[in-house]
Amino acid sequence: MKNNKTILLVEDDKVDAMTVKRAMSDLKITNPLAHVYNGLDALEYLKNKKNEIPCIILLDLNMPKMNGLELLKVLKKDSDLKKIPVVVLTTSNAERDKTESFDLSVAGYMLKPVDYKKFVDVIRDIDLYWTISELPDK
Amino acid sequence: MIEDERINALAFKKGLANIKATNELIIQETAENGLQYLRNENNRPDIIMLDLNLPKMNGIDFLKVIKSDSSLKRIPVIVLTTSVNPQDKIDCFDLQVAGYFIKPIDYFELIKSLYNYWTKSEFTTSDKKN
Repeated sequence: MKNNKTILLVEDDKVDAMTVKRAMSDLKITNPLAHVYNGLDALEYLKNKKNEIPCIILLDLNMPKMNGLELLKVLKKDSDLKKIPVVVLTTSNAERDKTESFDLSVAGYMLKPVDYKKFVDVIRDIDLYWTISELPDK
Repeated sequence: MIEDERINALAFKKGLANIKATNELIIQETAENGLQYLRNENNRPDIIMLDLNLPKMNGIDFLKVIKSDSSLKRIPVIVLTTSVNPQDKIDCFDLQVAGYFIKPIDYFELIKSLYNYWTKSEFTTSDKKN
């Protein structure tokens, strides 16, 4: 990304989280990655003043306790947090999930590829896009 | 694309042609014309490229209207502007833009990145005819 701010990954699947980390490492993306396992933990992370506000949020949809769409609703009601670009990274190809996500103003909706090389491509394209794009600085 | 400077619109169009993108590019030169275009519910672009400095209604006011409309708010809006005013950037992200690019910019890199990113992204098609 543009600055070296933290990327927040909200993902309950440990294997998928490892894949994101591995892809970022292979791409030599230097942004720190903070990983939480569900929406509730994400909120706790974001509300904790000790944590720097992430530059983007990579959001899985299907998670226990608080899922991606539920988290999105809360984020978009918060005057500080709603500015953070959210990119959905999910296995869900359900039309309803896409509609709801875009209605909640996500800045991208990526299906998780099964193939690792394609996964790296997705992460690369997300990284490049949000490096060329400005980000909302505080 | 909402862009009042023809030269910028043409540069973008040329950039798309360079990478052999076949996406249809509709250019509206004012926010008002853009809104009128979108009022026809058969006109549903996948993406809106938005300049901020427009005659009469500016880009941010256009953005406010779009984001208040239940059928239009789900279209990703990407700002492409010369404005270096930090408040513009904050206002746009508050209004949920899906990207904010400042000119001058390398159009080749911009379009390649836009194309790769939004080709990979899913969209919601519930309102669309095609």
